[in-house]
Amino acid sequence: MKDPLLEFSDKGIYCPKADVYLDPWRPVDKAIISHAHADHSRWGHKKYIAHEHSVPIMQHRLGDIEVAAKKWGESFSINGVRFSLHPAGHIVGSSQIKASYKGETWVFSGDYKLHHDHYTTPFEPQKCDVFITECTFGIPAFRWPDQEQVMEQIRNWWQQNAANGVTSVLFGYSLGKAQRLSYHLNDAIAPLLLHPVIYAHNEVVHSVKPLPMHQKLDQGVDPKAHRGALIIAPPNTQDAQWLKKWEPYKTAAASGWMATRGARRRRGYDTGFVLSDHGDFNELNTAVRASEAESVICTHGYTEIYSKYLNSKGIRATTADTPFEEEPNES
Amino acid sequence: MKNFAHLIEVLDQTTKTNEKVDALAQYFRLASDKDKVWVIALLSGRRPPRAVNTSLLRQWASESAGIENWLFEETYHIVGDLAETIALLVSSNNPKTAEEMPALHEILESLIPLKNAEEDQKKIFVCTYWSKFDYLSCFAFNKFFTGGFRLGVSQRLMTKALEKYTQIEADEIALKLMGNWDPQKVSFESLILAENKEAHEAKPYPFYLAYALEDDFSALGDVSLWAIEHKWDGIRAQLVFRNNSVYLWSRGEELINAQFPELLSLGQVLQTSCVLDGELLAFQDKKPLPFSALQKRLGRKKSSEKLRAEIPVVFMAYDLLEYQAEDLRAQPYSKRRQQLERFSFGGPLQLSERITPAHWSQVEEEKGRSKEKGSEGLMLKKLDAPYRVGRKKGEWFKSKLDPMTVDAVLTYAMRGHGRRSNLYTDFTFGLWHTSTEKEAELVTFAKAYSGLTDKEFVEVNQWIKKNTIARFGPVRQVNAELVFEIAFEGVSKSSRHKSGYATRFPRILRWRKDKTIEEANHLHDLEALLQ
Repeated sequence: MKDPLLEFSDKGIYCPKADVYLDPWRPVDKAIISHAHADHSRWGHKKYIAHEHSVPIMQHRLGDIEVAAKKWGESFSINGVRFSLHPAGHIVGSSQIKASYKGETWVFSGDYKLHHDHYTTPFEPQKCDVFITECTFGIPAFRWPDQEQVMEQIRNWWQQNAANGVTSVLFGYSLGKAQRLSYHLNDAIAPLLLHPVIYAHNEVVHSVKPLPMHQKLDQGVDPKAHRGALIIAPPNTQDAQWLKKWEPYKTAAASGWMATRGARRRRGYDTGFVLSDHGDFNELNTAVRASEAESVICTHGYTEIYSKYLNSKGIRATTADTPFEEEPNES
Repeated sequence: MKNFAHLIEVLDQTTKTNEKVDALAQYFRLASDKDKVWVIALLSGRRPPRAVNTSLLRQWASESAGIENWLFEETYHIVGDLAETIALLVSSNNPKTAEEMPALHEILESLIPLKNAEEDQKKIFVCTYWSKFDYLSCFAFNKFFTGGFRLGVSQRLMTKALEKYTQIEADEIALKLMGNWDPQKVSFESLILAENKEAHEAKPYPFYLAYALEDDFSALGDVSLWAIEHKWDGIRAQLVFRNNSVYLWSRGEELINAQFPELLSLGQVLQTSCVLDGELLAFQDKKPLPFSALQKRLGRKKSSEKLRAEIPVVFMAYDLLEYQAEDLRAQPYSKRRQQLERFSFGGPLQLSERITPAHWSQVEEEKGRSKEKGSEGLMLKKLDAPYRVGRKKGEWFKSKLDPMTVDAVLTYAMRGHGRRSNLYTDFTFGLWHTSTEKEAELVTFAKAYSGLTDKEFVEVNQWIKKNTIARFGPVRQVNAELVFEIAFEGVSKSSRHKSGYATRFPRILRWRKDKTIEEANHLHDLEALLQ
């Protein structure tokens, strides 16, 4: 049997022919990065290759790194292996990484979604022999509602709170979800404030993809003058001190995990909005079918269940262990 | 239905009592009278008979969702709640509007004849609703079949909401809601609003519940101000004797006459109409039997003569709430007790003995005798206290014995339900056992679901993922490595358990990171704890 084009090593997804890693989790010489989230784009590699939209975000998060920017579909060769990046629809700049050698093609999906969020460049399916896919939400219980319906729910929630003189605190991951929310929610109801971490991300992302500019929630913002505001904040600030100043407030999170009551209650939010930057079960199936891959490798999420499901549908699927862990608050 | 589903959502989303009361009161304001009665019935545990069992629901949901059974089961174990799983899988993306759907009471009433319908009729009924409901309504609908709503709505909370809506006092409403009534036959007017003399005859009073005493006894002040007795390990009950009939009520407001027919003749002993508060106890040779004995009686809908002879029960009286049609609850405990003691006790009617210590140290000593007396500890009641409603602090306390504990080894883990549905949190624990020819092995003795903090759960969870030896669906067998201290209220011999013992209320007391598995307890240590 010939050697696989991509293999799973203890440092990351490795292409031995090109001596390059995809989204490596230990420091390596050369890394192709699918997107700028921390579990995929780590600190410490000598050289990075990423989509041009990811580059400023990676620099914002990782500091001074040596990074080569690529465009969608731009082909580049390393030791005779042809690589290219294709939109994955997950967050700004997120890419599938395609590798081809001697007529064999592998695609690593990174994280992705198929439904359009009207801000991120939509997913473009790539035909391949082996499709390495995430399956964060790879069970049929996850069926995403229509985005506009969810945005309407958020607006209603905010409006209702504002009418009661209550501040709305909406938690969403600072890269991806926060921009999606910033783009779709406008401050017609009451002021919309961004936590400084999110504000900083929005500034960077704005440089590659324009965003409406909302107000920054810094020390000087007086809660009394902003009753009924909507604050978008990173999930890890749920227990932070600054929140106390905003009493009375209600909390909510925008995440795919909010689809289940158990997950919402475990995280202690008042309300959950089902809004994910990952595909739901049907989107995963559509992506797998569209890839026309002969075999599928499931990397993170409900890998065992999802690969068993694919096998039951006649698609050869295996699992591989990676540390691409959905940070509990990420999606 | 939509309004009801929305109510369920609001109740589910808040932990604040007054917000729940407001949401319920608001629902009552908007709902039709028939729907109101049904919601009161549902939230007080009076659901229509279960028309469809859950294995059929699972099968139909798998078919409707177009997935195989194994995938349905895996999904269920992750989501954690059957009604929710089904709603996630099969609810409609283009639901019918509320106006196009039958009202809540119509749906609930159609469930009653459904029970005796043919299976394929049931299937059409259920699947049709699934295909028309949005997620929330579908979830609420499924709950009609799968069990409790568990929304943190206590009887008290609901009566408070009804008080807010009707301006009728919550206690009075609680009285009206007690006992047997049929939501199909009763109107909101007659159930809640009307004066209801006739039903009063059978009705017990709302129970007064004790708080656990956390301080030392001496914090209660002068010992002579307190009535002290043992805390009997049976079930709390009221014996209502009015108009020559006896009614036995459990604390869950269930009429339990059928399970304990031998107590129904106690009217001949009591002679005067009255309401007694006390404990139903399995009792033999002047001593209580362990709780597990009483459980055998409770488990049967009707008791057989054989079982009655095997496990005799008594009513252990400790309070008198009504005497000759007079409500005594406002009177001080000392007065009620005085009147209580005038009845003649013996046989199936026992009087809970009062202890009259001179010092708190004697109370401490008496507590030490709890085990030999067959009690769980002591009860302390302020002599001048009235009989209140619900759990109120300050006048009634319970002081329970410390639980029994053993150190046990984590052997299996299953994914949790509800709040912890993404974690492995249902744990199985083993104790060492050396059979004659074999080496020592770990034998399962208890399962426990609670006792660790969320943070510890996450840590144990990560450990479980890295230390799995085998998988059986949602269950993982793990390396024998972690030791936990398991507490329980009692232990008895049991042929149904592999270990030969059954424990009562097992729970995790703490994670013993300081212990190795060799230091865990042996099965024969349980033998020593037998009552």
